[in-house]
Amino acid sequence: MIGFILRRLLQAVLVMLTISFASFVIQGKLGDPVTQMVGQNVTLAERAQLTESLGLNDPLLQQYARYLSDALSGDLGVSYYHKQATLAVIGDRLPATLELSFCALLIVLLTATPLGVFAAIRPRHILSRLIVIVSTLGLSVPIFVVAMFLVYFFAVEWQWLPSFGRGETHLLFGFWSSGLVTKDGLQHLLLPSVSLAFVLAPIFVRLIRAQMLEELDSDYVRYAWSKGIPAHRVYFVHALKNTMLPVITVGGIQVGTLIAYTILTETIFQWPGMGLLFMEAVSRVDAPLISAYLIVVGLIFVLINTLVDLIYLWVNPRVRIPGYGQ
Amino acid sequence: MNMFERQPPTAPTRLSHLWGAIKSDKLALLALCIFSFYCLVALLAPFLAPYDIDNPAFMDLINGELPPVWLGGDAAFFLGTDVQGRDILSSILYGTRLSLTIGIGAVLIQLCLGICIGLLSGYLGGKLDAFLMRYADIQLSFSTMMVAIVVLAVFQSMFGGAAYQQLAMLMLILVLGVAEWPIFARMVRAGVLAEKDKEYVDAARILGVSRSRIMFRHILPNTVSPLMVIITIQIANAIVAEAALSFLGLGMPPSQPSLGALIASGFDYIFAGAWWIAVFPSITLVILIFAMNLLGDSLRDHLNPNGGWR
Amino acid sequence: MALLTVEHLQVDFRLRQQTLTALYDISFTLSPGERLAIVGESGAGKSLLGYAIVNLLRQPGYISAGAIHFHEQNLTKLGSRQWQQIRGKKIAMIFQDPMVTLNPVLTVGEQMVEAIRAHQKISAQAAKQLAIHKLSQVKISAAEQRFEQYPHELSGGMRQRVVIAIAMLLNPEILIADEPTTALDVTIQAQILHLLKQLCEEQGVALILITHDFGVVSRIAERTLVMYAGRIVERGPTLEIINDPQHPYTQGLLNALPQMALAGQRLNQIPGHMPSLGEHPSGCAFHPRCPYATEKCRWQRPRPIYSGISTVACFAIEELLAETNLEEGDDNHD
Repeated sequence: MIGFILRRLLQAVLVMLTISFASFVIQGKLGDPVTQMVGQNVTLAERAQLTESLGLNDPLLQQYARYLSDALSGDLGVSYYHKQATLAVIGDRLPATLELSFCALLIVLLTATPLGVFAAIRPRHILSRLIVIVSTLGLSVPIFVVAMFLVYFFAVEWQWLPSFGRGETHLLFGFWSSGLVTKDGLQHLLLPSVSLAFVLAPIFVRLIRAQMLEELDSDYVRYAWSKGIPAHRVYFVHALKNTMLPVITVGGIQVGTLIAYTILTETIFQWPGMGLLFMEAVSRVDAPLISAYLIVVGLIFVLINTLVDLIYLWVNPRVRIPGYGQ
Repeated sequence: MNMFERQPPTAPTRLSHLWGAIKSDKLALLALCIFSFYCLVALLAPFLAPYDIDNPAFMDLINGELPPVWLGGDAAFFLGTDVQGRDILSSILYGTRLSLTIGIGAVLIQLCLGICIGLLSGYLGGKLDAFLMRYADIQLSFSTMMVAIVVLAVFQSMFGGAAYQQLAMLMLILVLGVAEWPIFARMVRAGVLAEKDKEYVDAARILGVSRSRIMFRHILPNTVSPLMVIITIQIANAIVAEAALSFLGLGMPPSQPSLGALIASGFDYIFAGAWWIAVFPSITLVILIFAMNLLGDSLRDHLNPNGGWR
Repeated sequence: MALLTVEHLQVDFRLRQQTLTALYDISFTLSPGERLAIVGESGAGKSLLGYAIVNLLRQPGYISAGAIHFHEQNLTKLGSRQWQQIRGKKIAMIFQDPMVTLNPVLTVGEQMVEAIRAHQKISAQAAKQLAIHKLSQVKISAAEQRFEQYPHELSGGMRQRVVIAIAMLLNPEILIADEPTTALDVTIQAQILHLLKQLCEEQGVALILITHDFGVVSRIAERTLVMYAGRIVERGPTLEIINDPQHPYTQGLLNALPQMALAGQRLNQIPGHMPSLGEHPSGCAFHPRCPYATEKCRWQRPRPIYSGISTVACFAIEELLAETNLEEGDDNHD
């Protein structure tokens, strides 16, 4: 088990190194840092001097090592556009993205679990067939189409809800600007988080249903029935507990999907989060900001994935035996 | 000794088995018809479209933002026009052609990479197998959309918008193709492991049939039907991914719009009430993806012996 | 008065295109405290029979005809509520592989206490006491400690003891054990069998033992049913069947036992395979593998007849009996 954790951590470090190398290359190759700093109106000699002092003539590996040690000490460069430390720029936008993701995941959890479980327990029920069809349909509708319809009806036709931006926010704990504590903020949150949930929920409904069906067919569930224990215990204690284990793993894998979808959602709703920041940085060719975003998102991604694996290890008593998962 | 095990089951019977599955399921049959219809429309788009989108006269601002015929539009433009006066029906036909091309192209790359790596990994086994599958796991854990957004965004800012537009289609096919090969590789590898020790493979080996021939002629045909399922679903996924990327401005340019790009260009105008510009391409896209997902699900249910009864 | 009576039971599998029959016309009885073995190769339908009795057939299997009477109730007519009253309390089960029957994410204790409290209104504390008592009854050492452990923390033999303890928790009237020792080491097999027999004798529990192994049968069961391709082909007292098997299939099974082979000799396996569901041959299902098969066996199905030793369904035996009867008749004439 300790071997498993070590291997998992080693893998996380390797992935992080790869990501950091990619963002280092992007930072170096994208645009010209010297021009960005001093503009076009300097002599060639001055440019050469600046290039030298920035260490841009050093061997690539040495530059990478410097980049890495800077990154580890929390310095990911200065944004060309915002003229601020990139980490600070990203930090400002982080709460918006996290609150959006959190609300969407909450909606997903509250809808997908009961629907998936029901569809598995009563596979022949008309509602179950409906759940299956609708979740396939949900899988087939791109998020921007969902968003478009929501915006058209709720914001344009009926004018109940705002269609873009984050609304009024409050500073919590001195650093977290939250939209969850104001009515205006919550109203702004509704459409984006529902759109995001709408495309994520079908994935989980199908996953929970399929896994639950498999568990219900398993020997230990049949054994549980043979003990004459009540149906709700068989479903919710015996089967659901085992269903949720693989769901946790796949949920971890979906972090990447979630990140991609937040980029889309934020672009559609002009939600001032990290995803929108990234798309803005791309259109402005803001190399340091692009690479800093990659590092931060990569770190979040690797952290959550590693964490999910460790949680799985902790929740699943089976894995706690030596030699499992080889 | 079961005599059936000596002969490799041949591919045609496997495919006819799939066909039987579709025939017995009305929904799947409908889905297949829809998919075939789309393919036909995509192939024949230049003949079917009322206007040639490459003709400079196609764009005419005088005809801008005409609603569909039944809402009082011009009879010459059945589904109305966009802000630049382009006929929406024609754009959709050509857009479908582009979307399907990119989807199928990407899946062909996934398929080739997946089959080669999967066969190699499964048949040779050992350290190579362990390494490849570990790598496949890690690559799969990155969502395709996330990787595609990042890679395409970086390329776009590197080459600049204009140059990127020339390459957009190729880049989309390549990125979506390379990102998802592990799905096929895993599938093929599992098939190889299941078939590898069967008698007919041993028999072929004893007869001196070469390794590559055993892999491609004997083992691969047996993985055909599960592959068909994944191909169906993967094409759907690739088309959705392409649409999303185009929507973000990382995919097909407005001058050469796929369905996603069409929706993107119409998105801003729904606030102004010109909903038809975005809605018709959306419906076209959703029906195509829905049909393909239904088809994939139905085939999967049929192939999975447990799922088949549910 | 029989405790359990199975009458003309038929189990079908309803597939998309066709309906396949897995069990044909099964009838037998079980008396209180009796130990009955159901023997056959895998695929004979013996496990299905076990699951059919407690109505736990997997989809798409279902009971299509016949009746199962337990006391005065017809079990095939019960609703899920009534079943809940019977399963675990009146009829308990032991499954083949304790690794996959105990739920991996629940402790031994949780799985015992839930079974008790499903049928008796007692406090959690009292249920725990009962569970620990039962654990020590199946000779598990440090029962209180085991109570808190997860299944995978126990050895295979220990797990099967836990399963037996759970089966015995509520003093059932019938215990159905499906290959209870197949997944275990040979040395542990003997211990578990001994334990099972002892518990059944002490508590007067009727046992239905499902197994492919005549070695196991001889140690436990008083009566034996031999099944082939969904039918009972021979039935009778265990000792008689083992000493003088009548049906060629039973003979084949017994000859295949390692104990029956002489040293240095190859085991006498029955040639061929058990036919799979939907491929049951016409006539006597055993004829493709039978050394005595005749043209008649291919097309006609033998009826069960009493041979003087056991009840057998085989034309060879029928003819043999007819000949002896004829000879006897001739003698009478003279």
